[in-house]
Amino acid sequence: MDYKKMRKTVYALVFLVVSQLAYAKLEIEIVQGNASALPIAVIPLQWRASGTPPSTGVADVVSADLYRSGLFAPLAEEDMVDRPVDAESIRFGTWRLLRVDYVVIGWVNDAPDGNGYEVVYQLFDVHTQEQLLSQITSVGLGDLRFGSHRVADAIYEKLTGVPGAFATRIAYISATGEGEKQNYQLFVADADGFNPQPVVGSPEPLLSPNWSHDGQSLAYVSFEKGNSAIYVQNVATGQRELISSARGINGAPAFSPDDRYLAMTLSYSGNPEIYVRDLTTGQKRQLTQHWGIDTEPVWSPDGQWIYFTSDRGGKPQIYRVEAAGGKATRITREGDYNARASISPDGSRIAIAHGLRNEYRIAVLDIDTGRMRTLTPGVLDESPSFAPNGSMILYATREGSRGVLSAISADGNVRQRLILTEGDVREPAWSPVIR
Amino acid sequence: MNTTWRFLLALIVAGAISACQSTQPEPESVDAPEPTPEPAPVEEVTTVAAPDPHDYSDVRNFDNSESLLSKRVIYFDFDKSEVKSEYRDIVAAHASYVASHYTSRVTLEGHADERGTREYNLGLGERRGNAITGLLSAAGGRGNQLDVVSYGEERPVCRVSDEDCWWQNRRVEIIYTAR
Repeated sequence: MDYKKMRKTVYALVFLVVSQLAYAKLEIEIVQGNASALPIAVIPLQWRASGTPPSTGVADVVSADLYRSGLFAPLAEEDMVDRPVDAESIRFGTWRLLRVDYVVIGWVNDAPDGNGYEVVYQLFDVHTQEQLLSQITSVGLGDLRFGSHRVADAIYEKLTGVPGAFATRIAYISATGEGEKQNYQLFVADADGFNPQPVVGSPEPLLSPNWSHDGQSLAYVSFEKGNSAIYVQNVATGQRELISSARGINGAPAFSPDDRYLAMTLSYSGNPEIYVRDLTTGQKRQLTQHWGIDTEPVWSPDGQWIYFTSDRGGKPQIYRVEAAGGKATRITREGDYNARASISPDGSRIAIAHGLRNEYRIAVLDIDTGRMRTLTPGVLDESPSFAPNGSMILYATREGSRGVLSAISADGNVRQRLILTEGDVREPAWSPVIR
Repeated sequence: MNTTWRFLLALIVAGAISACQSTQPEPESVDAPEPTPEPAPVEEVTTVAAPDPHDYSDVRNFDNSESLLSKRVIYFDFDKSEVKSEYRDIVAAHASYVASHYTSRVTLEGHADERGTREYNLGLGERRGNAITGLLSAAGGRGNQLDVVSYGEERPVCRVSDEDCWWQNRRVEIIYTAR
């Protein structure tokens, strides 16, 4: 066996191991680009800390985040002719020639207490040679990747004026196997799909994950007892509480902005109605009363309104009612089918699953003007979920018979796929910003 | 409602009897001196041989492909929960069984196709289950015998995204937890 062949075999083996490690990892690609993306060079940060640097460095993660947003065009590492570490050694003329507008430099050192790292970095405007940002981000051991997302958030905010949402997480449901071997899992992963952690698994269906606004807990629906039941589970400790397992449907849990209440759909009265439960006292009150299907409640960010889906007019449409109670008014007008609203963080828009002549796409409705815009090209798109900064909408779509997740910029210009390597993935829920 | 159902039930029973007659061997029908049906020999036939498929109180008919009791899936139109006329006889057969066996227990599992949102489809599946429950209880089934569980679109029997598959998924499964 010659050396070249052996090397090929070794590479193949390494590839196999790496792909095994990447199990359940989400892949990302920009489907539709943005010509006005900002050119930026994130220079690999110098490793001054003890131990060996991670194979995917801070700069790699930051570049990937900025690229994913669609608003940036990061320079590839192999095109970097120069790797300055401190401000004095930046040759701005060189970067101008490379048509780069912004440069990020810095290093990683051990935290003073020895328990973690400090990411020390600076952001420069190539044309004015001005320092725009100079920061130290402290991260714990094993949190360097998540810390890198915080760096990306700061750069994103500095250059776009909008807080970043990279240091956030997504929850989603993954179904694998069929028949007897069917298995459902609720996962939580970083917003870029890395580091997926199973929160709960069951041979019976799981659905409708919803984040608490403190980012600590997930409410979800599980059929593990044979019928639907609502649970609230602490993501870090795994501790969970059964909230409702009444006769009929127990579904669509949604935390109020202050996490004090949980809106939900219960049908023990005979048909699905929306209730609001006080999570401290356990008391609940009925919010809707109609023979139609009332479900999928969501709170406006100010806590004043609850938006929900109802077919009281014949077909599913979005309505809203004051959270304190009152008369429901219809919000959506166009289309055969408008359901499962997700509200933008500023409360001005709702993203919905919009059905028209047998095609289901994600649309965004401006609440005040009533103007609706269809954003996605799919035929079975559903479960929209706004990023906590309102910049993107995560949603479930299909590729063949398999469910995958996609994200689209709120203006519809940039779309990316997040593909789970295994299973039928659905019902993404974007976490709030984790402080 | 109740009287209507009793009438329908009577019709079904009458239909069952006439069907029995027609399926009986009639070797000398031309010369047959007594055309009136004799209930006794009919009973003998059913107890000795295969069950009478139209006797909807006979538990053996659950496994008798000739009997409506062996049909336990009802299909629906998209976003609809009305029981279509072609399935009314099947539901009526189960109604007579449930009404004549007070210890029987039935779970009506409501399902939807993949179109539309998951939580709305939970509601739709339940509404379909309730439509069947309504017919069963109108015909004499008691509330404690009947239970509805909606799985929405979570348990499809077919996984291709077209109408050939979707119609099979828009269904209520009549599941006897006790016969």
